[in-house]
Parts: sequence; structure tokens; C-alpha cells
Amino acid sequence: MKSEEYNELVKKVSPKSPILKDTLFAFLIGGTICTIGQLLYTIYYEVAKLSVTDAKTYVSITLILLSALLTGIGIYDKIAKIGGAGTLVPITGFANAMVSPALEFKAEGFVLGLGTKIFAIAGPVIVYGTTASVIYGIIYYFISKFTV
Amino acid sequence: MTKKIGTGTYVFQNPVEVSAFASIVGQKEKEGPLGKYFTKYSYDEYFKQDSFEKAESFMQKEVLNDVIQKEQISPQDIDFIFAGDLLNQCAGSNFSVRDTPVQFFGLYGACSTMAEGTILAAMTIDGDFAQRAIALTSSHFCSAERQFRFPLEYGSQRTPSSQWTVTGSGCVLLSKSKNKENPHIKDCCPGVVCDMGVTDMNNMGAAMAPAAALTIRRYFDDTKTKPEAYDLIVTGDLGKEGKEMLKILLKKDGISFGKEYDDCGTMIYDCEKQDVHSGGSGCGCSASVLTAYILPNMIKKKYKEVLFITTGALMNPNTSLQGESIPGIAHLVHFSMN
Repeated sequence: MKSEEYNELVKKVSPKSPILKDTLFAFLIGGTICTIGQLLYTIYYEVAKLSVTDAKTYVSITLILLSALLTGIGIYDKIAKIGGAGTLVPITGFANAMVSPALEFKAEGFVLGLGTKIFAIAGPVIVYGTTASVIYGIIYYFISKFTV
Repeated sequence: MTKKIGTGTYVFQNPVEVSAFASIVGQKEKEGPLGKYFTKYSYDEYFKQDSFEKAESFMQKEVLNDVIQKEQISPQDIDFIFAGDLLNQCAGSNFSVRDTPVQFFGLYGACSTMAEGTILAAMTIDGDFAQRAIALTSSHFCSAERQFRFPLEYGSQRTPSSQWTVTGSGCVLLSKSKNKENPHIKDCCPGVVCDMGVTDMNNMGAAMAPAAALTIRRYFDDTKTKPEAYDLIVTGDLGKEGKEMLKILLKKDGISFGKEYDDCGTMIYDCEKQDVHSGGSGCGCSASVLTAYILPNMIKKKYKEVLFITTGALMNPNTSLQGESIPGIAHLVHFSMN
């Protein structure tokens, strides 16, 4: 049997990810996280009377704290197993991506273990996130220069 | 005299005795369908050690000491240990035997290590280089995850065809035949590396199935036997998809498996209830099923002729990231009560 033929056969036999179900749960759980964020914003802005910028920063900080805490006590990965992209996309996913390697690689020491591996998952997000923002900034600069 | 028949099946002049064996597993395995056969287990994934790597070496040390005790010998009476695992540089095995003064060969055959070690140990004995030799291997879910996938607490979804690394270890002590009541190794068929171009690290079963099919076909051709001649034909860790692929491949060669065929990966877990998707994998999968279920049931006369085929996916995380496909291998050992 040829390699292409075999790979076709493998595709036929292997089960596919349940996309509809995964999307639905991602929407529900991701939506819940965002709703919690909105609720926090309302509390910080309306009740605690913080400025818009401060309230937004506090929302991010609180969500990161919650995510780190849930990762630490071993709950976040269980939610993520159902939520998929719903837990990955919000800022909570980024916190989980930082905290989980920190926990895992503590065994190899705080410098070469934790310190080196902490960016193992979040690294690409930081690298390409900052690169994209620089490109965006350059484009924005020229557009605003020529249109005004 | 030559012991080789056909393309590469080796018939032992004097069948080699499996004189002692031992296993140890973790919680998920103990809670699986074969749970009652696993007499030694721990619900602590650290096995009271302070890292997962140490836990893995601890499991190996436990089963190694168990077989030495069962056989009532001292380590000096053992000539060779053939051991391997999934960790970088085979660290699990290197550390487990460092306090045991026995000549040691470290192996890397991925999940095929159990049969690989057993074949080498049996050949060494039948070649009169040893009176007793040991084959030993292990895998640990947590140490394998950190090596091959993501940190444990990282939130991700597993693909449906992915497998769950077994936390477990198995050890067999082989010796020149003395006790006819014990299972004996009659012949074996070492594997050939086979790559059909599967690149998906989450579908190891499909990557390894062609290697298993090749070894099985060669063995049946060489020995001129058929699947019906065996009470149990068991592959190492092909999982649900791999099992299907193997059956399809063998059917094309005119070999069809009946009830006698099973896979350690699907035997050790209840794939649906235990949320392991395609089944178990890892060196410890076939090793613990062999030493806790297959060999004891051979002594109880439930199985008389067993073909034990362990399968390994021979990639590493870097080769997969570089877009390389996954080469597979499968080694076959024939255990017999006659």
C-alpha cells in the first residue's frame, strides 16, 4: 500500500473532533468568562467609582488572579477540557499558559526550570503579539499621516 | 545450527523460561477493566517521591526487587538487565538500576520496549551468554506528558484519536528452562522500522499499525501458522484506531483476526468511561498487561499460546515539529505453555 493511500484510509477510520459541540461549549464557557468580566467592570466602575481605565485594568487583574488560582488548584484544565477555545482566548487562557509551566517545571529549579520554561506556551503569543502590534502601529502611522 | 527461519523469525533451541514477573500501576489503571489483576498499585501519582521522574524510577525499582524476591535470588545471580523507558536518555531505567550491580543495557524502543527487552534477554540466554536475564520497562503519564505534550495543568482539549500514557511498570525474569509449569518463549520476530508517512502525533496507533502488520505477516509466513493457532494475539498499544487499521492492513494480506485478537491499550482502560479517547499507550501499557494479566493467566492455563507484539512510535517532539513522519516498529514474542 502506498503512503498516500494509507493516509487516506487513516482519515476515514479516525474519529473527527465534534466541531459543533466544541463550538457550542466554547461559546458558552467563553461567554461566561466574558460576562464575569463585564460584571466585574460594572462593580469597579459603578459601585467602587473607579475611572474607566482603572476599572478595566482591575478587571484584567482579577481575571488573571482567578485563572491562576484555578490553575493552581487543578480546576482550570478541567474547565478547559470542555470549554476549549472558550477558555483559551480570554485573558484567563494566557494566565493559565503562564502558571501551568511554572508549576510543572518548578521541579528543575527556580532559575533554569521555572524561569526558562515559564514562556514555553505563552512565548509565541508574546513574540507574535508584539510583532503584530508594531506592524499595526506602522500602518496606523502612515494612514493617519496621509489622511489628515 | 541456525535459529533463523524465513525472513527473520528466531526459534530458540531451548525455549527460555519466564521464571518470575511483576507489575505496578497507578490509580487510573487500577480503576480500569483489568484492575483486579493489578495487585501492586499506588493512588499517589508521585509514589511518595518528589518528582514524576523519580516516581517512574521508583516503579521500576519496585518490580525489579519483586522479581528478585520471587525468584529467591540475589542480584549477583542475574547476568543482564535490558531496560528502557520514554524519558530522555532513558533516565527512568538508568536511575532505577543504579543501586543494582548487574550488567545493564539501556534500550530505546518507545512503547515496543517490553518485547524488545524480552527478545534480547531470551537470545542472550539461549546463546549461552547468561543463565538469567531481566527485561524491564515503565512509563508514567505525568513524566511523559511533560516530555511530549503540555504541562499537566495547561487547559487543552485532546483529539479523539489521542492516547493516554499508562502509569505502570513491568518486569520479567527469564532463565534457562527448569520448571515446565511456567510459560516459555519459543520463538520471536524482531521488528523492522516501517514508516507510512503518518505525521499526526495524536494518532500514534495509525502510525504504528503498518509496523505491526508487517511483523505479524512476516511471522505467520515464516512459521507457516495462522491466527487460529493462538489463544491470544495481543498488540502493545495501538488503541482503537490502530487496531482497526491493523485489521484492515492484515485483511489485504489475507490474514483475518477473530476473537483471539486484542490490544493492551484498549484492554487496560475503559475508553468511554475513563475518558482516555483511543486507549492506553506507553512502555508500561504492554509491560503491565503482560506481567499482571497475560502471564498469570497462562499459568492458570487460560491461555496456552500467546503472541505478544509490542509497538513503538519512534519519533521525538523535535522531529514532529520539523514535519517528519512517524516511523513505527513492532517486536513479536511467542509465549507458550507447551
